[in-house]
Formats: sequence, C-alpha cells, structure tokens
Amino acid sequence: MLVLGAMCIALVPLTGATFYIQLVSKIMILAIFAMSLDLLVGCVGLVSLGHAAFFGVAGYLIAFLSPKYQAASFWLTLPAVLMISAALACLIGLLVLRTSGIYFIMVTLAFGQMLYYLFHDTKLGGGSDGIYLYVKPELSIAGSKVVDLEKPLQFFYFVFAILLGVYFLLRRILVSPFGHALAGLRVNEQRMRSLGFPPFPYKLGAFVLAGMLAGLAGYLSACQFGFVNPEILSWHYSATVLMMLILGGAGRLYGAILGAFAYVLLQELLASQALLGSLAKHWQLGMGVSVVLIVLLLPSGLASLFDHFGRPRLAQSGG
Amino acid sequence: MIVRGLSARGLTKVFGGLTAVNNVSLDLSSGTVHAVIGPNGAGKTTLINMLSGDLAPTAGSIQFDGRDIVGYSSDQRSRMGLGRTYQKTNIFGSFTALENCRLAAQSRERHALSMWRSTRAYPSLEREAERALAAVGLEQRAMAIAGTLSHGEQRQLDIAMSLATRPQVLLLDEPLSGMGADESASMVGLLRGLAKDHAVLLVEHDMDAVFALAEVLTVMVNGCVLASGTRDQIRASDEVQRAYLGSAEARGG
Amino acid sequence: MEFFIQLLNGIQYGLLLFLLASGLTLIFGIMGVLNLAHGSFYMVGAYLAYWLARQTGNMWLAIPLELAIVFIIGLILESTLYARLYHRDHLHQVLLSFGLILIFEELRSIFFGDDVHGVPVPESLKHSIPLTSTLSYPVYRLFISATCLAVAGAMYLVIQKTKIGMTIRAGSTNREMVQSLGINIKLVYRWVFAFGVTLAAFAGMIAAPVSSVYPGMGSQILIICFVVVVIGGIGSIKGAMVAALMIGIVDTLGQVLLPEFSGVAVYLLMAAVLLWRPQGLFKVA
Repeated sequence: MLVLGAMCIALVPLTGATFYIQLVSKIMILAIFAMSLDLLVGCVGLVSLGHAAFFGVAGYLIAFLSPKYQAASFWLTLPAVLMISAALACLIGLLVLRTSGIYFIMVTLAFGQMLYYLFHDTKLGGGSDGIYLYVKPELSIAGSKVVDLEKPLQFFYFVFAILLGVYFLLRRILVSPFGHALAGLRVNEQRMRSLGFPPFPYKLGAFVLAGMLAGLAGYLSACQFGFVNPEILSWHYSATVLMMLILGGAGRLYGAILGAFAYVLLQELLASQALLGSLAKHWQLGMGVSVVLIVLLLPSGLASLFDHFGRPRLAQSGG
Repeated sequence: MIVRGLSARGLTKVFGGLTAVNNVSLDLSSGTVHAVIGPNGAGKTTLINMLSGDLAPTAGSIQFDGRDIVGYSSDQRSRMGLGRTYQKTNIFGSFTALENCRLAAQSRERHALSMWRSTRAYPSLEREAERALAAVGLEQRAMAIAGTLSHGEQRQLDIAMSLATRPQVLLLDEPLSGMGADESASMVGLLRGLAKDHAVLLVEHDMDAVFALAEVLTVMVNGCVLASGTRDQIRASDEVQRAYLGSAEARGG
Repeated sequence: MEFFIQLLNGIQYGLLLFLLASGLTLIFGIMGVLNLAHGSFYMVGAYLAYWLARQTGNMWLAIPLELAIVFIIGLILESTLYARLYHRDHLHQVLLSFGLILIFEELRSIFFGDDVHGVPVPESLKHSIPLTSTLSYPVYRLFISATCLAVAGAMYLVIQKTKIGMTIRAGSTNREMVQSLGINIKLVYRWVFAFGVTLAAFAGMIAAPVSSVYPGMGSQILIICFVVVVIGGIGSIKGAMVAALMIGIVDTLGQVLLPEFSGVAVYLLMAAVLLWRPQGLFKVA
C-alpha cells in the first residue's frame, strides 16, 4: 500500500504542470517536518509546541551561510546546519525534558517563542521582514553538478529521495533497541524505570534526532522558497504541524506523510476562491472546524481508516 | 557465595498530616521469602514504593549490598539488582510476551542505546527473554500478544519481565491479586521456585499463599509494625489474630 | 518618578495577567484540561467591550451583559466540546483548543475586520491623578488594578472559606471521592470552566481602553499567561499572583530599559525558574 502511495507521488511530475510539482515538493518537505515531530509526539509521547523553532532556525542558518549572489556548497552547509540544529536541540532538550505532561507542552511553547522573538525583534535576521536566499546551494561532485536545485523537477526528485530516506531511517530506528525503549517509555514510564531504564537519555536522544530532522526540513524549505521569515518559528506553525499529525494519524510515520498531504490539500481547497468566493479569505475558519471535528470524530487520523489492512503496529497506544 | 540482602531501618513516610509508614524496619536475604501482611491502608504499598525507589522516604535508611540506596532513583536501583512488580499489571499490551521480556533484558545490555541495528540482531537479548519466560512457565506463549493473555498469564509475564533483568531481590506487590484457585496454585509454585535464588519480599492478602511461602512475616497496621517474626510465631500470636488474621479468615482470606 | 510610573504600570499589567492566569491555572489544576483558547476569550471580551460600547455608549451597562454572554458561551463550549476530552491525551486537547483559536480569530475577522480599534475610557474614570508638576497617572489604570485585586480577594474568600470552594479544592485532588459524596463533579467542572473563561473575558474588557483591540491580541497574551502559570505552578492561585506580578514588572520595565530584548526576557526568567524548580514556584499537591 505504501508502495502505491510512493508511486503516486513519483508520478506527479508527469502532469507537467510546474505548479503541481512545486506544490508536492512543498508537501514532501512538510512531511519530513511532520515525521520528525511524529517521532516526539507519536513514538515517545512528548507533545512539543516549539518544534517549528528547529525548522525556522535551520532556514535562517542556510540563509546566513549562503553568500549573497553565489551558491553555497551543499556538502558543507547541510552537515553544518544539521549539526547546529542537533546542538540547539540538545541544549533546549536538557532544559525542557526536565518537565513532563502539560508543563512540557508549555515550556516548549515558550522556548519556541523565545527564538521567534529573537529573530523578530532583533536585527539578527532582518527582523520581521526576514531574509532572502538568492542562490540555492550547489550540489556537485568533482566540479560538475549532480543535481541542479534551481530546476523544479530535479528539486522534486531530490526531495522525494530524501523523504524516502528519512522514512526508512526512522522505521529502522524504531525497530532498534533504542526505538523499542522509546515505545516502552511512551506506554508506561514507571514500569520502564522499574526495569532499569533511565528515561532521560532516551528522551534526549529522540529530541535531538527530531530537532535535527526538523532542521533538515527547514533547510530544504529555505532552498525551495528562497526566503525565510520569523513566522516559520512561531507556535502557530508548530501547532499546524501537530494538526497534520492528527489529520494523518500520530504514531505511524506514514500518518505524518498522509497528514501533510491532507493538510495542504485541505488548505488549498478552503482557500480557493473558485469554490468559495469571498469566504476563501477566511479559510482558517474551515480549518479550525475541521480540526475540531477530527479530534472529536476521528482522533486516530486518516491512517486509522487503513487499519483494516495489516497487523497492529508497534508504536500504537497500548499496554 | 556472598549472601546479598536488603535491609531497611526506620523507614517513615509522612504525607502532609498523614503518617503512612511509621518507623518500619525489615531484612531480606537470599533464599528467604519475607511476607508483609496487614489490612488495606496499612501502608504496605507505600513501604514497597520506598524500597523500590518510586517514593522517597521522609526518614530512614535502606542498605543494599552494603550501600545506602535512599538517594538512588528507581532505575538505578533496578540496575543494582532490585526488581519489582506492581499491584496493577504493568505489561506492554501491544508487544508479544517475548518482546516484553526482551525489552526488559535490554536494560542490562550496553546496546540499549543502539539506534541502528534491529533488536533481532542481538541474539543474547532473545536468549535472556526466553530464559525468563521459561522460568515462569510461559515459554509456550512467547509469541502471543501480551494483551491477549489471561489475567494469570499476564501476572506471570510481569514477573518474567522483572526476572529478565536478573535481579537479586524481588519486591512483589500482590502477585496473586485477581487470580482464581488454579492460577494461584501455580503462581505459588512459581514463587517457591524463585525464592531459592532470590531475596523475596511479598506483599499479599491471600493468607494460604502467604503461609505456604513465607518463612518470615511482618504484620503492619496503620503504618506501624505490629509484629515481626517467623511463620509459626506470627501464627501463634494473639495480637495478630485479633488485629488481622481473624478478620482475614472471616473474609475467606 | 518616571520609574515609579513604570512600576505602577508593571503592577497593573501584572494584576491583569493574574486575572487571566488564575482562570487558566484553575482550569488546568482542577480539570487537567489544557485550553489554548483561553487567550481567545480575552480577545472576545475586549471586542465585546468595543462593540457594546459603540452600541450602548455605556460601559457600566455593557460589562454585566458581556459577562453573562461569555459565561453562557463557556458553559456551551464545555458541555459540547471540552467535556469529551477529560480522559484524552494532551495532543487532542491542544489541537481542539487550537482549532477553536482559529475559529475565534476568523469570526473576529469576519465581524470586526482586521483593523486596530480604540475603546473609549468611561467618562467617570477619565481623569488623572497628578504626581508631579508635569506627570500624572491615569485613574483608569488604578481602576484596573483595584478591580483585579478585588476579584483576587473575592476568589480567595470563595475558595478558602466556602463549601463550593472546598468542593473545588477537593475535586482537584480526588475526583472519584468527590463524586462518591454525591456531588456532581461534571457540573462543578462546567461552572469552573465557564467561570475561568469569563475571568479571561473580563480581563479583556477592562483592559480594552488601555490596550485597544487588534488581531492577535489573544495569542500574544496567551503565551505570557502560560509562562505565568508555569512559573507559578499549575493549580496554584497564589503562584499565579506572584508570578504574574513578577512578569508584569519585568516585562514593563524591560520594554523601557532594553526594548530589543524585552520579548526574550520573560522566557529567560521562565527558563531560570524551571531550572531551579521544574514544577513551578508553588507546587500544588
């Protein structure tokens, strides 16, 4: 079934329309972002309202690292951005993981906002106007370009490859001893402690990994749009990604991908003037109503509709 | 062979205005089952929680392996060799029985933080899990989803998980709760076998099981130790009869 | 003297934050429900004040009317939506309340547009108290502070001294026990929720003449409110008061002394408190 979905995505460029190619590229990047959050929310049970901070900071980082009218090196900038994202996640994680439950949600919210204000109020990154990334990074080996990120089609398949890579990487991590421990901690932390597992290193590991992957998504997003502004660090954005998770179904990685598609497509639908005329301006109303309905009626997301096929998954609620 | 033991001295726990446990001392040594009995609300679970590290005592000390472990967290104590089960069954329902034990065994391996390789790549973990399941008699049910096991089997699995961590001391909080006659009998047999190599603390209401298993008993009432001694001493004590055993038998114990 | 004025402003802001935070901490502490839409009620109160002031021209009439409207809205929302989430995990609560935020924001945009509007200070409170030959302090701001203190005092009396208050305190620690005593805990929750959001709306109403009404005012104050609740300790009204005053003063003085970093200052304070005490200053059982 997943193969079917992957094939559908891979075939989108056949429509030829650049609009769709770029739209799906955007969705795939959001899907990577959503999967990184799913690791925290669905697999460890930590609801973070500040995750967009890692996405946004990475975007600003690549914008800073890129010389104004020249392409930066992909091979240098990506690892740099990933490492800084991981370091930031480690620093924030050391502080926020001391709390749990409602406190954790609020503390992540507050840290996310702290970083938002840092970029919004100070001259660090052009203030509320944001900054531009004029030339996308260059991906070349031995002097010749391997992938030209400026071309939408090549960018599309590049992002697709990364999406698949991240998906399989996370799948693999979830069946590792580390992943099993995370699943156990999510279900019953007290029992895990009584078995000898210290919760903190596992949670921190997951937090850093999630932050790093969110940074990857932020990097790609900045590359696609050529522009970053503080709004991508806001808690509104963090909550939006949470919405994608619940739309698609948290706890199963493909749910995050489903959710990203569902959200953007829903948004396009609600904001289309062709369908809704002047109400289209207020698409967030429809979005709000949709979220409320999903929470009340289909809390396990769209993915739960597919539960009739296949066996129960490891990272689901249970115990 | 060094006889490893757990000793508690003067354990006290005060919640606001309520003294749940008052100056309780006891010893556990390998090969012995020490039962703690008493009416509901006597403070037995609070006592176990202090021993396992789930609750910090207001006063008192706990010695294990010659060290005072009061400042240690529950996961640290587990790694030192303290295992416990809870009154409420605490298994991971969506994993198989084997996976439950394998997870428990993982805490003892260096590979526990490994992210890259699948758990199937670590045969030693699987062996530990199989050993633990066999010790409680669940080897036939290794591949069953834990949530589908019967109540008695789940309680056995709970113990198997603790065993997979190779503890020296076992703190068991009402392992027989909710069990019918047959299940109780096999659990008693299981516990008797475990007692040979471990130091066992048993909190239980089932008096038949208690007297079948325990050599040493401590009776708690209202947070205090009413009496402590051998099985025969306690059975013979008038005080204990009045305070607890009489009423327990009337209830059908 | 300038400093003194800013200090008064800081205290006034802090007391206003207290009104909001106390509602939030009550709802958290007693019902365990995370309500992100709390800030939206602040906005609703402010916009209602703006609207009713234009309709009736009389603030004193408008206030009880608005409070009644918001209270009823609170009752309805709790019974139809929030009541279903008490046993669900935090993700669902976060998202439900976030969905409500979006709905409230867009409804506001539809009915009132996206411009900033001023709200007139009522005639009776328009003058200022002279402090020096050149500086004076607006009476209305003192009114805000006084009102907040009055509400705080009333809440303290109710919670500590009355049967209802005892029920609320008991319900926060042991829901089943309270239920077994024959008290309808669901009804208690409903009223506590409605009361909490009404407090938020009231704060918005009295703050409107000072802050004006504008899009995003709900979200802005929500986050600060959260910080207050986290620092003060979830469920602790005393904590909410201490933290609110602390933050009110730090934020106001920060904006005057170090405008670029005032936004960050509040969060740094929170980080510092949480490093020292991960459960806030005043932990509730």
